[in-house]
Amino acid sequence: MKKIEIEFTINGKKRNLSVKPNDLLINIIRNDLFLTGSKYGCGIGECGACTVLLNGEPVLSCLTLAATVDGKEITTIEGLAKGNELHPMQIAFLKNAAVQCGFCTPSMILTATALLKENPNPTEDEIRNYMRGNICRCTGYIQIVKAIQSCTIEQNS
Amino acid sequence: MQINTKILAQEFEYLAPKTLDEVLNLLGNYKGKNARILAGGTDLLVKLKTTDLKTNYLINIKNIPELNFIDTTDGLKIGAAVPLSHIERIGKVKEKYPALYEGIKSMAAIAVRNMGTVAGNICNASPAADTIPPLIAYGAEVRLISKRGERRFLVEDFVAGVGKTVIEDDELITQVNLPEMQKNSGSAFFKKGRVKADIAKINLAVCLEREDNICKDCKIVLGSVAVKAIRVKEAEDLFKRQTVSISLIDKIAKKASEEIKPIDDIRSSVLYRTEIARVMVKETIRIAWERSGGEL
Repeated sequence: MKKIEIEFTINGKKRNLSVKPNDLLINIIRNDLFLTGSKYGCGIGECGACTVLLNGEPVLSCLTLAATVDGKEITTIEGLAKGNELHPMQIAFLKNAAVQCGFCTPSMILTATALLKENPNPTEDEIRNYMRGNICRCTGYIQIVKAIQSCTIEQNS
Repeated sequence: MQINTKILAQEFEYLAPKTLDEVLNLLGNYKGKNARILAGGTDLLVKLKTTDLKTNYLINIKNIPELNFIDTTDGLKIGAAVPLSHIERIGKVKEKYPALYEGIKSMAAIAVRNMGTVAGNICNASPAADTIPPLIAYGAEVRLISKRGERRFLVEDFVAGVGKTVIEDDELITQVNLPEMQKNSGSAFFKKGRVKADIAKINLAVCLEREDNICKDCKIVLGSVAVKAIRVKEAEDLFKRQTVSISLIDKIAKKASEEIKPIDDIRSSVLYRTEIARVMVKETIRIAWERSGGEL
């Protein structure tokens, strides 16, 4: 297979990579760039664990060909904090104990930040609806919803 | 055999044309050579990973400017590469085409809707596709283009069966067009799934046009009850040019449930589908009627 040269921005840094046509974004992010916050869960778009932000919007990196992100901007969980200062959503998840095993947490936090960008003041229903593609098998949903709600309150005060 | 979904094992060539012309040239050149169009990839990549579907060339159309537009000036025109989530954010879609809005909103989750497209949903031609019943109810048309010229089909005629459409190897959907809605029209979508992000056990769309308390015209379309989404035309005929009442809606709903031919599968049974279809048709007609300004 002919390799493809791509250039993209990930967490604010420009990267040039040579990828195979069938390389998946999740594997490039984890294995080539060593950003292991994004998780491989189901591989078929059911669980949401591989969610990253592509040009600010949540997408599934296990169903995205690496070649297709040429020229685009990606944010992973590693890109949310500013130096040692955590993103408000990360703080909200910590404060509300919205983390159990932690496997779904990066995708939950990224999706939640996209929700608040789109809808700064969501109801509980709207939060649950937006987050419905991110599955937590510890089933800690109550704390996750609370964390997102606390973030909206802080954002609005 | 355990399938490894962590990787995409099969090999192919990746093509990233920059203009519509380049896409059509590629499709023409690779005709019969098993080339496939990649838009959102939410169906295609899953199939390439988990089924025996093979491809030699993947043509990415996601970044083609000519396919990335939504035009609301006359009706609604949706470019083939527009993500589903961008459609649901257009005010006119929610206001004038609520069945399409609700259909899209009911699909999977936000990350999938940020990737997938309406054209892809139609081409995938799943009997449970959530945009197809609304598009048929609105009388939507797809525009196909190839080096040989342009063809237009109603979505109703475009989908031929499970995973089957009338599209040719060298053709591409460029846009999906919905006609402008009449003033006294109303529409609604309803889906029954196991959980919110699930595939439909049954989905359904109703679009009707009201004149005083008479239903002038209507389309009732059900998905997941046949090899493709179908209109229940006998039920529609019971509805047309009649004074609308709760007892009439009951009769139409019963007729609709008799007209469908659902099957038993992993998601539901014939018995359940037939009964729930009746209830869903009744409820959806009621909502569409009220949205058209009608009273009951």
